[in-house]
Parts: sequence; C-alpha cells; structure tokens
Amino acid sequence: MLAGSRPGVGKAATSRRLAPLCSPSPGKSKEAEIKRINKELANIRSKFKGDKALDGYSKKKYVCKLLFIFLLGHDIDFGHMEAVNLLSSNRYTEKQIGYLFISVLVNSNSELIRLINNAIKNDLASRNPTFMGLALHCIANVGSREMAEAFAGEVPKILVAGDTMDSVKQSAALCLLRLYRTSPDLVPMGDWTSRVVHLLNDQHLGVVTAATSLITTLAQKNPEEFKTSVSLAVSRLSRIVTSASTDLQDYTYYFVPAPWLSVKLLRLLQCYPPPEDPAVRGRLTECLETILNKAQEPPKSKKVQHSNAKNAVLFEAISLIIHHDSEPNLLVRACNQLGQFLQHRETNLRYLALESMCTLASSEFSHEAVKTHIDTVINALKTERDVSVRQRAVDLLYAMCDRSNAQQIVAEMLSYLETADYSIREEIVLKVAILAEKYAVDYAWYVDTILNLIRIAGDYVSEEVWYRVIQIVINRDDVQGYAAKTVFEALQAPACHENLVKVGGYILGEFGNLIAGDPRSSPLVQFNLLHSKFHLCSVPTRALLLSTYIKFVNLFPEVKPTIQDVLRGDSQLRNADVELQQRAVEYLRLSTVASTDILATVLEEMPPFPERESSILAKLKKKKGPSTVTDLEDTKRERSVDVNGGPEPAPASASAAVGPSPAVPACCDGLGNNLLLFCSLMFVCKNNGVLFENQLLQIGLKSEFRQNLGRMFIFYGNKTSTQFLNFTPTPVPRCGLDSLTRTHLNLQTKPVDPTVDGGAQVQQVVNIECVSDFTEAPVLNIQFRYGGTFQNVSVQLPITLNKFFQPTEMSSQDFFQRWKQLSNPQQEVQNIFKAKHPMDTEITKAKIIGFGSALLEEVDPNPANFVGAGIIHTKTSQTGCLLRLEPNLQAQMYRLTLRTSKETVSQRLCELLSQQF
Amino acid sequence: RVWIRFILIQNRAGKTRLAKWYMQFDDDEKQKLIEEVHAVVTVRDAKHTNFVEFRNFKIIYRRYAGLYFCICVDVNDNNLAYLEAIHNFVEVLNEYFHNVCELDLVFNFYKVYTVVDEMFLAGEIRETSQTKVLKQLLMLQSLE
Repeated sequence: MLAGSRPGVGKAATSRRLAPLCSPSPGKSKEAEIKRINKELANIRSKFKGDKALDGYSKKKYVCKLLFIFLLGHDIDFGHMEAVNLLSSNRYTEKQIGYLFISVLVNSNSELIRLINNAIKNDLASRNPTFMGLALHCIANVGSREMAEAFAGEVPKILVAGDTMDSVKQSAALCLLRLYRTSPDLVPMGDWTSRVVHLLNDQHLGVVTAATSLITTLAQKNPEEFKTSVSLAVSRLSRIVTSASTDLQDYTYYFVPAPWLSVKLLRLLQCYPPPEDPAVRGRLTECLETILNKAQEPPKSKKVQHSNAKNAVLFEAISLIIHHDSEPNLLVRACNQLGQFLQHRETNLRYLALESMCTLASSEFSHEAVKTHIDTVINALKTERDVSVRQRAVDLLYAMCDRSNAQQIVAEMLSYLETADYSIREEIVLKVAILAEKYAVDYAWYVDTILNLIRIAGDYVSEEVWYRVIQIVINRDDVQGYAAKTVFEALQAPACHENLVKVGGYILGEFGNLIAGDPRSSPLVQFNLLHSKFHLCSVPTRALLLSTYIKFVNLFPEVKPTIQDVLRGDSQLRNADVELQQRAVEYLRLSTVASTDILATVLEEMPPFPERESSILAKLKKKKGPSTVTDLEDTKRERSVDVNGGPEPAPASASAAVGPSPAVPACCDGLGNNLLLFCSLMFVCKNNGVLFENQLLQIGLKSEFRQNLGRMFIFYGNKTSTQFLNFTPTPVPRCGLDSLTRTHLNLQTKPVDPTVDGGAQVQQVVNIECVSDFTEAPVLNIQFRYGGTFQNVSVQLPITLNKFFQPTEMSSQDFFQRWKQLSNPQQEVQNIFKAKHPMDTEITKAKIIGFGSALLEEVDPNPANFVGAGIIHTKTSQTGCLLRLEPNLQAQMYRLTLRTSKETVSQRLCELLSQQF
Repeated sequence: RVWIRFILIQNRAGKTRLAKWYMQFDDDEKQKLIEEVHAVVTVRDAKHTNFVEFRNFKIIYRRYAGLYFCICVDVNDNNLAYLEAIHNFVEVLNEYFHNVCELDLVFNFYKVYTVVDEMFLAGEIRETSQTKVLKQLLMLQSLE
C-alpha cells in the first residue's frame, strides 16, 4: 500500500480518459499545462453550448473533467448548470458527479440553490437509500443556511423513521449535526430528541457511532434534554469493554473492540457530571477500571495499530476520570499509567502522557502523584528531540509546580531557556515570571530570577514582565535594598539587555539611595553607570533614564551639577525627539527653580501600586489561543486553591491589601465624651470575657448561641466609688447602608436601672435573632453622668456571623465532593496572610472550634492543614460552609479558603477568621 | 466543539491529492492552510510525534510513502483515535483500489470523495467498519 518502492504509474483503467490532462512528469512546463487546459476548457464550453443536446453520459464526462481541472488548481466559471442537471438523472454515476461538483464548488447563486434544493428534496423523498445518501451527504458537505432552512425539518424525520435504512440513518444523524452547527436556531428540539437518544441502543454500531456524535453536540447545548443519554452510553460502553475481542466482528480493530465508538461514548459522558444513580455510576467505574486493567495486560498484537487503538480509549477514559475528578483511586491509577508512558519508547505516547498529566496535576487527588515524576519530566525537557514534546514538558512542569518544588522547576526552566527554540521562549519567560512571583517566599529570589530572565532571554521579556518586577519591588520594602544592589551589579556587565537598563534605571531612581552609602556604588558611580548605557538605548528607555536622573537630583544633591550638565547638553535639550527634548527642558528647569522641599515632594518615592491581577497571567492567556489555555489557566487557578501546596505569599502587597484593618485600640481618658469603637477580635472565637474597661467602667460579657438565636448577658461594673446616674446602655444593630429597609439582626433588651452605685454591678440581657447574614457588628452605646460630666461610650458588641455556626462532621469524600460543588468563583474567598501569632497547632485547632465550625480530622491529605465544616443559621436561610487553613511554617504565613454557597457569607467568615491567626 | 476541520492528502512536493473541508473557508484561506500544513508537516521526521499544533488547532498526520494524510482537529480531541482513523481510511483505500498508489487518488478522485464521505461526514467519524464500508463501495460501484 502506497509503498515507496511502487513506481508511480497510473493503472486504473476506468480513468484513462483523464490521463492526458494530468502531467505527473515534472519535465513539462507550467505554460504547456495551462495551454492544454485552456484548450480542453474551450472544448468543454463548446460542447455545453452546442446545438446538440448532450446525453447524460457526456454531460457527466465533461462535468467530471471540469472538476478535475478545478482540483488541479484552475479556476472554473461555468458548468454549474450542467452539474445541477445531473442531479435529476436516474443514474447513480451521473447523480454522484453532479453532487460532487456542487459540494466542491459551492456556489451561492440563488437561482441554482433553489434548483439544487429541489433536486435534494426529490432524492430525500425517493426512498432509494443510495440517492437519499447522496442528498444527505450533499447537505452535510455544503451545510449552508439556505439548506438548513429547507431541510432542518425533514432530516430529523428521516433519522427517526422506523423504516429508514441503517446507512441512511448514519448519514441523516451527521447531516443534522452539520445543520445544527451552522444554524442551531433552525433545528428545533422536538419529539425526535428522545428517539435520537435511543439510537445509542441500536444494533448497528455504525448508527450508534454517528448518533453519539450528534447527541454529544446536542447535549453540550441542552444538557437537561439529553440527560437520559448518560445511562444508555454507560451500558453501551460497558457492553463494548467487556466484550471478547471477537464479539464485535466488523467493529473490532486490531483486537480492540470498537475503539472509536468507545472514545465517542467516553466523550459524551464528559458533557455530564458523574452519574447520580449509584448503579450507573458503579457500572461506569467498572468500565473505567476495566480499561485501566487492559492497559496492563500484555498486548494481543505487536502492531502499533493495536496499541494506538487501545491507548486512544485509555486516554479518553483518563480524560473522563479527570473530568469527574471525584474518584481518588482512579485518578491515582491514571497517573501511574501515564507515568509508565513517560518513559515509553514511542514518542507519541510520551507526548500524550505529558499532556494528559498536565490536567491531572490540577486535581487535588493526583497532584502529589504527578509530582513524583518531576525528574522524568525534567529529563524530557533536556533530551526530547521533538520541540513539541519539550513544550509539553514545560507545560507539565508549570502545572505541577507548587511551593515545594518551585525553586527547582524555575531553575530548570531557566536553564532550558538558554537553549530553547525561539518559538517557545516568550511563553517560557512568562511562565517563569509567573511561577517566580507566585511561589516567592523570598523576594530576593524573585528579583534574581527575573533579572536572570532578562539576562538569558531579554528580547522575550515583554513589558508586562518588567513592569511587574518594578511593581513588586515598590510594594515590598523588604526587598528594595537588595533589588537596588542586584540591578547595580547586573548593570556592570559590559553588554546588558535594554530591559535590564529599564529595570535598573527605574529601581535606582527610586531606591538608589539605599546603596549609596557604599563608596563602590556612590551616587556618582550609579549615575555614570546608567549614563554609560544611555546612548545605546532606544527613545523610550532614554526617556525613562531622564526621569531617573531627575530623581537622582532629589535623592543625591551632590550629583545635581553633573546631571544638570547632561540635561543641558545639546543632545538632550535639542534632541530631535520631542519627548526627550521636553523632558530635558522641564527637568532642567525643575532642578534649577524648585526648592529642596518642592523637589522632594514632586519627586517623592512612588506610592505602592494598587494590587491587581498579575498582568503577566493575562498575557500568557492571550498568547496561547482562546480555546486551549484559558481552560488550562482556569483549572490552574482552581488548583492553586484546591491543592495543598502550602500557602502562597500574596504577590506583592496583596496581603496588606486584603488583610484585616488593624483594630483601633481602646482609649478613653475617662473625662470627656468618648466615642470608642473597639474591634473585639478576641471575642470572635470565644463567648465570655471582659469587653471593655477604663478608669470608670468595666463591661463583661457572657453569651450563648443556638442556631440563629442567641442570648447575651452584659455586666456593667462601676469601678469608682461614685454613683453613675442616668445610666442608659443601648445595643443598636448597625447593618450598613441598607439597614433602613432590612434588619439583619434583631436585638431585644430591657432597660437597666438608671443608677449604678459605686463599686456595684448591673446586668442586662440581650436576646438576639439573626435574620440574614451580616457584616457589621452591633454597637453598644452607653450614656451616663459621672460627677458633673456626661459620659458617652460606644463599644462594638462582639456578635459576629460565625456565632450562628453549627458544626457539621463529614467524611473526607463528602468534604471534597461538596468542596468541588462550591467551585464558582463567587462562592470562594481566599486570604493569604502573615501569621500574627506563634503558629501553634493546638491553639489553631482550638480557635477553629471556637469559631464554631467542626474541625475535621484526617480529611485533608496533608496533616498540617486544617479543614472545617458547618452551617450558618439565619432566620431566612441556612448556608453550608467549608473552610480550609493551610499553614506554612517556613514562610510564617497562612492561606485560608472559605467556600460557601453565598458570596457574602464566604467573604465575612474569611475576614473574621483571618484576624485570628 | 470538537470535530474535524479538514482532511488533506498532500504529497511531499506539496501537491494536494485530496482536500475535504468541514467548515467554511474562502478560497484564499484554503490555499493558505494547504501551504501552511505542508510547511509544518514535511519538516518533521520519524522521531517526531504524529501531532503538530496548528494555529488554534492541531494536525494529526501520518505519512505513507510520499503522501501525508493530515486531519485537523481541536486541540483537546483524541490524537490516537484520529491517527488510527487515518490508518483505517488508508486500509480501506488500499483494499478498494487493490494496493493503492498516489495516481489512484489523482485519477479516481471522485471515488476517493465517496470513500471519505462513507467514513467521515460533517467532520465526524461516520463508519469505522472496513467490511461495511467496502461492501457499500462495491454496491455503489456495481451501479456504475
């Protein structure tokens, strides 16, 4: 078959008439061919225009010749009418050539479309399966809107009619699929849909094959309507995978039973979550296990076709396992299987294993298992000959990266970058930049990594990357001195990339003072170093450097004259570039007229950047097409949440941005009128204690909560020996802006005795009802007269949302299943923050329990993590909450993730709990 | 979301022996795709995979003597299934044309289109049983 040794000689007797047109011998010139073809075209044209009506055979012959000429690459502008005429012939060959001509040379001439549609209509009605097939194939091939308008009603009828031949059913199913793709609005769902689903049970596997494609596409858009296909697909799949290799006869391909149909069924199942019916689910799990088992059996044939077909099914099964992401056992088995393929001698399998593992890395159940293959993957990066395989290795390293291996992976990627193909350098640069930022414990490492990136692949470092490093350095004062020192050293290199000059210029302009004490990097040395690069740089970089210089004027008054000289030079003041000239003029003037104070104000250090999503991530998404990588990135983001990789430090100053606002300390001089707002952090996890104390008054609390109700006992102690008069404590709910229309919290209390004797204590009972979730704690206003003055104290009452928490115990499996169900971005809130207290496991446990949730032991695969679950009860709703706290001792940080079905609840609980550690 | 965008059979010189399009492209675009596919596929050797990323899609291809059989699908579609679909198709051609060669595809292009339509339709795999396809082809041949 197509063997290289075969001489290329035409032998098909039936086609000899076309031979003169074809010139396989390369000796003949292009002109000669064109001449011959023009002659033939003229001949055909004259035949078509001739007086004598052509018979069907001749018409077919010439239309066929026209097609042939067209396929050789020449334009054809006639013959359409003759082709349409052939459609109404009763001879198969004539009809076939007519349809082929229409399908290949689609023409939107409306006259013809009407004629074509008419012919198709006749053939569909002919009850001749061959003609029906031709007509359906033509619709499927052209698939125009006009055809959808004409046939979207007819085709479904043919598909589900009882007397339609199997082969026509196959064509009708796919024809309908094509129409649905081009014009879904014209294909109404109807009675036929349920009957289509039952084609999955058809005896003819070809019909099942075609129908599965149709159902999969329809189910993607209308999952509810095609839900019943799940159980049918599972039982069909089960029959196939458990069949002996000879059972399916025609559909067995190299000892593999119906591989393509199996793949399609597995794909259909990926339109749905795991089956709810336990019987169906069990049967599917069995199927998947059988497929995994078969992968371990010795091959039934040494032919590559056998292993390819078998592995096609295996990879699709793994895709389904990953899609369900609910069976840890299957996920780990899948991972082990792929691990074997990583070292397979077939490049295809290594490639596919790397690709498939990438998605496994994003499942929390298999992430750790994937990580064990890190050395193999790194080796692939170094040894694979095919760049696309190396690319997959990079992708997989990126996917398996977490805190534990970030340094190693970033180092490997950097060293690969030195030799990487140009086509993938920019992507690697972006990936390294993202990982370095995401997993930086030590920002010095981050700065080093980015500077290395610029050194190795400066041309591929986009603006986003170097903007980002500057944002981070500006937002983190602990790294500024190091950054200044490092860029200063890097700039010493005789040839350094312009991007480095940009970063260096910016950073020294802001923080050059931090290293100016060292005579080796005195202000003048810094300036000379930067200025030595100036003339080699492009205009935007020079403009940036001019700004650095004026910043130097402020930072280092001693270099002011030198800089003014430079600015005054013709090459600046009279620069042909308007931007440079303007900067030079303005900066020179500014340095001359402004007082030191004004200079210091104008040229003050840049304020921290507002925290936003890393622009690099957006860039990476944009770079890789819309379909692939958005998904990849989405799952990746999800992974960073799910997977236990230890807490990630917030990029830049995220922790400061989202962290809790510090409590306002209680202060009261006991004389004037004080407004006191005390954020009673300590009461979040406990119910009793002293709420407030000053020289006059002590307020103690005791409270209890059950479901959405609570009762609080408030004790007011007069610390003085003098009576308090007109003592009126009033608890007031503060419910934010909408408090006028809605009450989130009902507080009921009785007035207390207005006189409190010196040294005495009075008690007030407050009944609390939580109506709906809330953020603002109520305030306790206390007014009284002490001596001659009127006292006014306001204290926040520690009634927080978590008081209405009811703990819930659950198994690991339940926990992660629910966790996955709450995967909408709105349902999850995460906070990463520095530990404010010593990181003690027992204390942390006590706090989580005190917070009100159940502490679930042995649920998280990582024993260092804490997970909790509970229900927030309010009068109007109950909200299930899951929480996960991941400490990182080394970095002294935590990552806290809350998932609840209500965004506001997640948000509030996360704020409250974050403040506790 | 997942279907075959086109099937191409090209020889090493870049001559197209079959082009089957399953989505709308205008003529210039088709020509560009044909040239790009040729450029991407012919530089690869036997040690490479049978898959190449191609724009936002991927090409699954297999070489038989001087002919490249290429199928363009979505990136997340099943590589090996299409790789074997190509082989299945080639085996059918081989059986049908009794030891097929490049010129069979040239001169019998209209038959090749019929074979394709029997096995692939609307960008989907329609029929995979060689026996069934060949039986149908022989039946159609008898009508000629």
